[in-house]
Amino acid sequence: MTMFAKTEHNVRCYATEKRWKALFLLMTALLILPVLVILTLLIVRGGPAISWEFLTAFPIKGMTEGGVFPALLGTIFLVSLALVFSVPLGIAAAIYLSEYAPDNVLTRIINLAIINLAGVPSIVHALFGLGAFVLFAGFGTSILAASLTLAIMTLPVVIIATKESLQSVPHAFREACWSMGATRWQTIRRIVLPNAVSGILTGVILEVSRTAGETAPIMFTGAAFFLPFLPESVYDQTMALSLHLFVVATQVPNVPEDLPYGVALLLIGLVLTMNALSIGFRIRLRNKKKW
Amino acid sequence: MSSKAQKAMAHMDRRDLSWYVDRAVQILMFVGGISAIVFIIGIFVFISKEGFSFTFGRFDIVEFFTSMNWRPTSESRETYGAFALIVGTASITGMAMLIAIPFSLGAAIYIGEFATGKTRESLKVLVELLAAIPSVVWGFIGLTIMNGLIIQLFNVPIGLNVLNAGVILGLMAAPIMTTIAEDALKAVPDRYREAAEAMGATKWQVIVKVVIPASKNGLVSAVLLGIGRAFGETMAVLMASGHSINIPGSVFDSVRALTATIAAELGETAVGSDHYGALFTLGIFLFLITFIINLTADVMVRGIRNK
Repeated sequence: MTMFAKTEHNVRCYATEKRWKALFLLMTALLILPVLVILTLLIVRGGPAISWEFLTAFPIKGMTEGGVFPALLGTIFLVSLALVFSVPLGIAAAIYLSEYAPDNVLTRIINLAIINLAGVPSIVHALFGLGAFVLFAGFGTSILAASLTLAIMTLPVVIIATKESLQSVPHAFREACWSMGATRWQTIRRIVLPNAVSGILTGVILEVSRTAGETAPIMFTGAAFFLPFLPESVYDQTMALSLHLFVVATQVPNVPEDLPYGVALLLIGLVLTMNALSIGFRIRLRNKKKW
Repeated sequence: MSSKAQKAMAHMDRRDLSWYVDRAVQILMFVGGISAIVFIIGIFVFISKEGFSFTFGRFDIVEFFTSMNWRPTSESRETYGAFALIVGTASITGMAMLIAIPFSLGAAIYIGEFATGKTRESLKVLVELLAAIPSVVWGFIGLTIMNGLIIQLFNVPIGLNVLNAGVILGLMAAPIMTTIAEDALKAVPDRYREAAEAMGATKWQVIVKVVIPASKNGLVSAVLLGIGRAFGETMAVLMASGHSINIPGSVFDSVRALTATIAAELGETAVGSDHYGALFTLGIFLFLITFIINLTADVMVRGIRNK
């Protein structure tokens, strides 16, 4: 049996492996730990600030008291309108890339443009929104301009998620449909999209979560520090939860300490709920998949 | 062609309504497909347009890159030296990478190569949640929790500095780096690992000698995209860096970043003024840098795929 006994060299190698494995585990843990600490702190310190009144009342006394209702509603408006623009466009782009695009230079440039759109700093998107929508298109600082800016910024999220879910539909499904004499579009509408719809939804929910948290792109395009009334049309400005957090944390004097924590908790709660929903949806989907 | 054959051909022609619908939809989808290109060009055009009068007027390239006097509102003579801002951004990004590179590559190797089954899935979900925390919430954490922590731990007067913003940015850039690095590791075919293991290599030896060299380009592009992310971050940097013009001598000095300068000052400028144009010029600079970073990352990833 001596032939299979561990040599000193073997022992050393396994010890090295164990050490590195432990180190990497520690690194992973240290990376993840802050999320848990942050969440706990926000819940402990911001939890008491959140009440029914906090959610449904206007801010009063120079935003040092009262609720965040207009900001919450504003965020919902901004996100909804952004989705109206980005979801159809994103799905169309994804369908083109997945179903039509030949493997050529143009397709490569499109993919590069998508990566760049996702990588351009948010403040540059804000400058673009200001130049293109607020000034050039003449929308003024408005919900419309801010939503368009957000839509373009988060477009890559929809495109990438949709493209992935379209590509996960087996090619044999399409071929079967084509052999029956269906056109490309009939195949996409009746076979590919129904099979990919939950994957697309996952991407859309993820986009909601991204859009709700963005601050820089809406600062100069449509979100206001404080408004005493609710917006009446898409040409009005609005308050937004993310900007409201920035304002109460840095711009307003004499804010009671737990108020910004409350706003932060509400914002992160909204974003993480959406994210968790999207992740849960994706896991369920994967388990259900028959092919 | 004889008329008989033509008749037969006409009979073969199946261009009915659904054929035209199909064509129309194809064009529509194509328009959607190229929209990303249109937007990228649009971003460049519109930012250049707004910055135009400054870029080709008041703009002085030597002053911009070498002077550390960013005094756009000076009464006597406005100066637009971005050197301190560039150094500020670079120092924060450097600090962030010092944290994010080892940690995210370590996490990617653990998640991709060591962890299995449920552990792996839950770790991936947690990393994804880390990525979901909005920038302004990170900034708020820097402003409150990290600020107090740094003041207490290091006994310094201000906790809003390179260290604070760097740590925050490191944590923000880490998830994207981890995810892309893990994808790069996963792209290495299993038969490489199996071949090495068959030769008697331990898992660690396989990782160091086989997997990492094979996925080198992907790992580099993960780091590049992380740098791009940290470089372009706005709200978190604005809130956590201290936002004062400074060439930092240590990590405890406050600095000011390019992105934060735009965010802080744009609201106070008059459209078309020099100051306004200068901020858009900073925007062009940011756009070009991130464009180059993303392009390089893409070329590197494509490099492995073509191999």
